[in-house]
Amino acid sequence: MKWKFAVGAAALAIPAVGLLGFGLTRDPGAIPSPLPGRLAPTFALPAFTSGAPTAQHPGPVPAVDSVRLASLRGDVVILNFYASWCLACRDEHPVLQRVASRYVGTDVHFVGIIYNDATRAALAWLNEMGPLPYPSLDDPGSRAAIDYGLYGVPETFFIARDGRVALKHVGPVTDELLATQIESLRAAQRPDAPKAGSP
Amino acid sequence: MNGAIGISALRVALALSFVGAIALVAAARRNSAALRSAGFAVVYSSFGLVAIATLAMLTALISHDFSVSYVAQVGSRSTPLIFTIISLWAALEGSILFWAFLLFGFAALAARIHRKEPGHSLEYASAVLLGIGAFFLILLVGPANPFHVVSPVPLDGPGPNPLLQNHPLMAVHPPLLYLGYVGFSVPFAFAVGALVSGEAQDDRWVRGVRGWTIAAWIFLSAAIIAGMWWSYEVLGWGGYWAWDPVENASFMPWLTATAFMHSIMVQQRRGMLRVWNLNLIVATFVLTVLGTFLTRSGILSSVHAFTQGTIGYYFLGFIALVLVASLALVAGYAPELRRGGALDDVLSRETAFLVGNLLLSVMTFTVLLGTLFPLVAELVRGVRVSVGGPFFNQMTLPIIVVMLFLIGVGPALPWRRTDRAELKRRLLAPTGGLIVGLLLALLAGARDLYALLAFGFGAFALVSNVQEFWTGARDRMRAHGEHAASALGRLIAGNRHRYGGFLAHIGLIVSVLGIAASSTFKTEREITLAPGESVTVSGRVFRLERVWGRQDMGRTSIGADIALVSGGRVVAHLEPEQHFYESSDTPVPTPAVRSTAARDLYVNLMAFKEDGSSATIRVLVEPMVAWIWLGGGIVCLGALLALWPRRRRAAPALAATHPPRASHARRAARRVAVEVTS
Amino acid sequence: MIRLRRTGLLAMAGAIVVTLASHAGGAQQKPATPAAVVAESILDARTREVSSQLRCPVCQGLSLQDSPSELSQQMRDVVRQQLAAGRTPAEVRAYFVGRYGEWILTRPEPHGFNWVVYALPLLLLAGGAWVLVFAVRKWTTVPPPLAGAGSPSGGRGTTA
Repeated sequence: MKWKFAVGAAALAIPAVGLLGFGLTRDPGAIPSPLPGRLAPTFALPAFTSGAPTAQHPGPVPAVDSVRLASLRGDVVILNFYASWCLACRDEHPVLQRVASRYVGTDVHFVGIIYNDATRAALAWLNEMGPLPYPSLDDPGSRAAIDYGLYGVPETFFIARDGRVALKHVGPVTDELLATQIESLRAAQRPDAPKAGSP
Repeated sequence: MNGAIGISALRVALALSFVGAIALVAAARRNSAALRSAGFAVVYSSFGLVAIATLAMLTALISHDFSVSYVAQVGSRSTPLIFTIISLWAALEGSILFWAFLLFGFAALAARIHRKEPGHSLEYASAVLLGIGAFFLILLVGPANPFHVVSPVPLDGPGPNPLLQNHPLMAVHPPLLYLGYVGFSVPFAFAVGALVSGEAQDDRWVRGVRGWTIAAWIFLSAAIIAGMWWSYEVLGWGGYWAWDPVENASFMPWLTATAFMHSIMVQQRRGMLRVWNLNLIVATFVLTVLGTFLTRSGILSSVHAFTQGTIGYYFLGFIALVLVASLALVAGYAPELRRGGALDDVLSRETAFLVGNLLLSVMTFTVLLGTLFPLVAELVRGVRVSVGGPFFNQMTLPIIVVMLFLIGVGPALPWRRTDRAELKRRLLAPTGGLIVGLLLALLAGARDLYALLAFGFGAFALVSNVQEFWTGARDRMRAHGEHAASALGRLIAGNRHRYGGFLAHIGLIVSVLGIAASSTFKTEREITLAPGESVTVSGRVFRLERVWGRQDMGRTSIGADIALVSGGRVVAHLEPEQHFYESSDTPVPTPAVRSTAARDLYVNLMAFKEDGSSATIRVLVEPMVAWIWLGGGIVCLGALLALWPRRRRAAPALAATHPPRASHARRAARRVAVEVTS
Repeated sequence: MIRLRRTGLLAMAGAIVVTLASHAGGAQQKPATPAAVVAESILDARTREVSSQLRCPVCQGLSLQDSPSELSQQMRDVVRQQLAAGRTPAEVRAYFVGRYGEWILTRPEPHGFNWVVYALPLLLLAGGAWVLVFAVRKWTTVPPPLAGAGSPSGGRGTTA
């Protein structure tokens, strides 16, 4: 039994095992997105609801019948893709309701877009879960979802004042995440580009 | 009660396994018959205990004992009995219990079958098997415990994954796969046993291992075919192989085992390739463990992925141990085993086998690299990439085509040395087949290079292997005056190994031709129809009659009634469905498949309007799909034939003293002699 | 036999290069006579080809073409629309890579480190073939013990 050969051959196992061990440390379902740092893809979509007053914001909510992303340049935008058939969206709904209520009428805009869902079903879901104080948009053919590289719901995009995607978050959002992101994005300077008129 | 019995049995079995392994190693080193018997007693009793635990689990499942965690996870009062039984392997913990049951069963069987053989390799081999079994028992009493107590006891459970209830083939695929995977543990254990006991010097262990390897190979082949067939009938995309990581994980050990089955023939005849064969059997076993690891660690996303969690680290540790120990053993003993080799002729069956081994190894490496490359790329570049069907097809098709050629040439090449003129004579008809195959494919419209080569070489190989039966029977008829049927029967019975092998080749070629035809000549069309409208695909008219819905226990089904219209009359109805289960938000498609020998008509329901005013269907017409499943059956039949033990003992002596010589006058008699010595 | 094998290997390598440089053919389509239907068939075929090069984001290992899921159907529509508008297949692929990352392609683009996955198997094949040729040469030149000095056949078979 030649021990030198034995040990040498056994050493070959190390990179293989190391590779598999590395594999165990990552989540194959979490796909990194190329969007952060790039300009957020534009869209102009019809709103099937402008939102409604909530317990935290009992006052009126501005009425809109469509949202163009370009018109929100200069402000902070939080884009949330959801669906009535999505179980995890139920977890983040109260968080969104609570946090968004604080920013109604400010320079932080929340926008919801449904993904592969009927507006009728989404409205019924909002009825059941409680209203959101911001518009929800219909995305026929999932063009906007595909533009944003969606592969599941919920996904939330944080868009900075200069129109670039700051962060893509996969899964339900939390209070802490929203708080930290919104504050850091708000603190950024307004770009000089004029707003293209209110929706 | 069931839970308590189950977990206690497993714990005792685990303790016994350690004791038994130590006893067996000591028995070998000290040549102690008492320790040997004690060790084997442990093997049998461990199997008994694991069997008791498995029985306890089955009892719990059937009696809906929801106090047992596994039953609470996969059981349900509304599931039919047959699916309740097969839910034994439906989820992670149960599948590991089933694996352990099979492993200890094989260990007991091996100890029983080989107990009279001289030498100590059986003791070491049994110790290795107990060690492997101990690992799975550690999982079962640790992270994968199926017998946890659930309290308060729920009234009902969610039932097994709906995908597993859709088709009877799902009952068959996992057990066959596990029998194959676990089956390869035995040759591996014997290889290690032979190495450590010094008995790898002669080639006795190869003879014992051959039977186990072929048996495991049959199970694995059947499992792969069953998996392909199930995937085709259930998943709705009209394909049968997606190069999914777990599909690849079952394919790789199949490739190395195929190489091993051929190269041990070279080792038995010429005393060569000892170290290479040891590497092959180690690789086969490591690949089976890798396969289990990939399914259960969550490291690569796959249709098969069971779950993520700590269990991956256990498997990683086990793989590390197995790899390090096996590599060390083989490399350490290699210098003693090498004895140089000699070939009589470059043109010989031995060389064909060597080339075949090279190609199979390269193919295994390619599939392994492609499967793991996403990990490597992420480690090196930090970017996620996908390696899917197009890569694997592109890289393996050339190899497959050359393999087809080899399968045709191999039977025509004798052992040791070849008479060139005889070879030309033997290859005449197959070359005719090559030309005919090419022409037929061209006429049918194939233009892709690899498709044409596959049809050409496939026909070449088919004629070559069938010719072996033909000329063998014909020579018998001439030499012995028998009529065709009994000549064929006696021919095969006289050398089951040889003709079983040729039959397995024929089965493989039939499957490959089916795969080539169904992908090259496939036509598909996706269209939205309103009731009454029809679409024509490949000359066949499909008319949507209506969209319907139905509520069953636990699921809602939406279906489309598609009529196949020929000459104005409705010839058949195809009803693709979508099943919506309560436990999952995506529907399970159930395509409608109409199979004939010539082609399959395949319709999948993609989408529908809730008011039934339209349905979007995908229609595929794929020729010769049934040949794939038929070929698989023939492969298993041929390999089973090759597994049958030889009756004659005089054969090897004959080969040593009378190597075959070509002579025009005695060609017929020589063929009979060649059958005996092959 | 060695010559045969070398030629065979060269042919194989050549075939691999050819395949790398071109796209494998898909289903065979017989074009129908009306011009509008012909145009649709060609667009269909091109859509099918590009869709096979992209993976379905919500499935396990299926291409956009094979997947029956709703998102895949919608993405195929996007592919078809872009091809009809005159974009090349490379541009369509680049669009999706810009949205989803390289992961959306069914096989890695052969540049940079990705070359490893294409080159290593070829290297192994070439290396293995060389070792095999070397070994067979060594094994067939060992003189058999009973060969006479003047025997023309030596270890080789007789030729008729």
